[in-house]
Amino acid sequence: MAKAEFDVPELHEYVDVPELVEGTMAHLSPYVAKPDHNTPLGFPGELVDDWHDKVLEKLDDLRSRYRSLQVYLDACVKCGACTDKCHYYLSTKDPKNMPVGRQDLLRKVYRRYNTFAGKYFPWLVGAKDLTRETLDEWYSYYHQCSQCRRCSVFCPYGIDTAEISMAAREILDSVGYGQKYCNEIIAKVHEKGNNLGLPGPAILDTLEGLEEDVFDETGVAVKYPLDVKGAEILLVTPSADFFAEPHVDGLIGYGKVFHEAGVSWTMSTTASEAGNFGMFIGSYENMRRVALRIRQAALELGVKRIVFGECGHAWRVAYAFLNTLAGPFDFLDPRYPVPQHICEYTYDLIQQGKLRFDKSANDDMTLTFHDSCNVARATRMGDKPGGQFDIPRAVIKAVCNNYVDMDHETIGERTFCCGGGGGLLTDDLMEIRVKGALPRMTALQNVIKDEGVTHMAAICAICKSQFTKVLPYYGMEMDQIVSVHQLVSNAIILTGQNSDEEDADSDDEADGEA
Amino acid sequence: MAIEVNGKSFETDEEGYLTNLSDWEPGVAEVMAKEDDLELTEEHWDIINFLREYYEEYQIAPAVRVLTKAVGKKLGKEKGNSKYLYALFPYGPGKQACRFAGLPKPTGCI
Repeated sequence: MAKAEFDVPELHEYVDVPELVEGTMAHLSPYVAKPDHNTPLGFPGELVDDWHDKVLEKLDDLRSRYRSLQVYLDACVKCGACTDKCHYYLSTKDPKNMPVGRQDLLRKVYRRYNTFAGKYFPWLVGAKDLTRETLDEWYSYYHQCSQCRRCSVFCPYGIDTAEISMAAREILDSVGYGQKYCNEIIAKVHEKGNNLGLPGPAILDTLEGLEEDVFDETGVAVKYPLDVKGAEILLVTPSADFFAEPHVDGLIGYGKVFHEAGVSWTMSTTASEAGNFGMFIGSYENMRRVALRIRQAALELGVKRIVFGECGHAWRVAYAFLNTLAGPFDFLDPRYPVPQHICEYTYDLIQQGKLRFDKSANDDMTLTFHDSCNVARATRMGDKPGGQFDIPRAVIKAVCNNYVDMDHETIGERTFCCGGGGGLLTDDLMEIRVKGALPRMTALQNVIKDEGVTHMAAICAICKSQFTKVLPYYGMEMDQIVSVHQLVSNAIILTGQNSDEEDADSDDEADGEA
Repeated sequence: MAIEVNGKSFETDEEGYLTNLSDWEPGVAEVMAKEDDLELTEEHWDIINFLREYYEEYQIAPAVRVLTKAVGKKLGKEKGNSKYLYALFPYGPGKQACRFAGLPKPTGCI
């Protein structure tokens, strides 16, 4: 596993829109899924012999199922508004990484077989035959799209490249040409209950370790319960929260918040994953199967509320689709949103004055916040427009003294993707991940230089892992990315925790050593 | 794909992980490390052995915090952190060390 051989872009004050260079990323394709990964998802094990006919049939099927896809294929007028909006185009110069270029890969086949002009005068309307090369090109470039939907914000017709990308991946899966990373993970969710394949005993062991750590640190017996029947709240969180850093520091924070709220809560081995990669591959059937585990767990445990942990695309599936995928949730307490985001939950408690913080615990950091694309552009929090931007920031500001936003062109609904979303968070796509992070890294470096920012917080497991990996490529440290509830965890004052006097003493000692 | 260890061939997947986990022997780790320009020291072996023991019990690699805690307990608190593990395994304890130890690659949002 030698270090990837590609040029890491240099950071400048601005990201200039580059001149086109054809084919700079044509060489990059992720590993192809094997039969073991495909068959549990209901896909053919490998590329079927009659793929040509099957691809066209599937395209027809999807157009009839999703009116949006039909509109997106027809509506583009080539105005060019999207061309410089994709982080992958800005960093690779490849015109097929322009949103319109990416859409056209599918659109040219649609035109050839489904429109009058394309059938009789293909050369006039950019219609092309479906060939094996087309299939490989789809496989390559539809796995260089993180489905972040930034381009759709700028498209005057609202064409959503993510949805085209999902459709293309679904077509590829339907003929046995899927991506290893996504399909292996979905197969693990079906079999084990989470993306990592963590068995129940391993989760339990990890959670017991966290209880020990928090007790050693604070003297308070904060619990991290698993499979507790009759609990009020079911927390569904990405399995990376059990496994990786800085994710786990966020999980520690959720537990402290629940503890201080005095509410009974539990996690579940059945639903030990918030993420739902079924969305990334555009497979309604798989997305539904993955979502149904949450319903099953909620019913088995008899909970009254469902709260989601820090996971970007999970919140999209939860907020936008959970009720139609796995509802109705009429067995839950109707006084609370179904489901609720952990940031909403913590924010409400802060508003009610139920949490106490020592903000100085985060004084060693100056924070900024990375809006994760699925949260920013596909969901909301709270009951006001823009709550998905305001609430996480309000939580951070309640627990930190030092906070600065990045360039406003790169946050909020215009946020740039971390570069690793949408099923691209795999080592075999490291080149596009590192390059795609360029706009975000540029904005981050500017606030580091100009505003003294030291850390960036996020509420998405993919963003956190992606930044942990790519920050060092740009000369920054892997631990400069933190979880929002990690900051909450640092600052929250637990009732009965080791007395302030002791803390003050240890602070003095620390000062003395410094 | 395959790697050669002491004249024996071990099948690996496209990412360099052993296909049959039960095939593993210490020489596999040595050869994989050499390919990554690493010389395995006692400190590396402490981690590799812990990974294998944990895997045997739980059928999964340990969470980073479980690993750092175990290392901290055994080798002293100053070594119980990710920085120490990344110094030993620059591509990450989760991925590189698991590969050397013959464990499957951890998947997911990590």
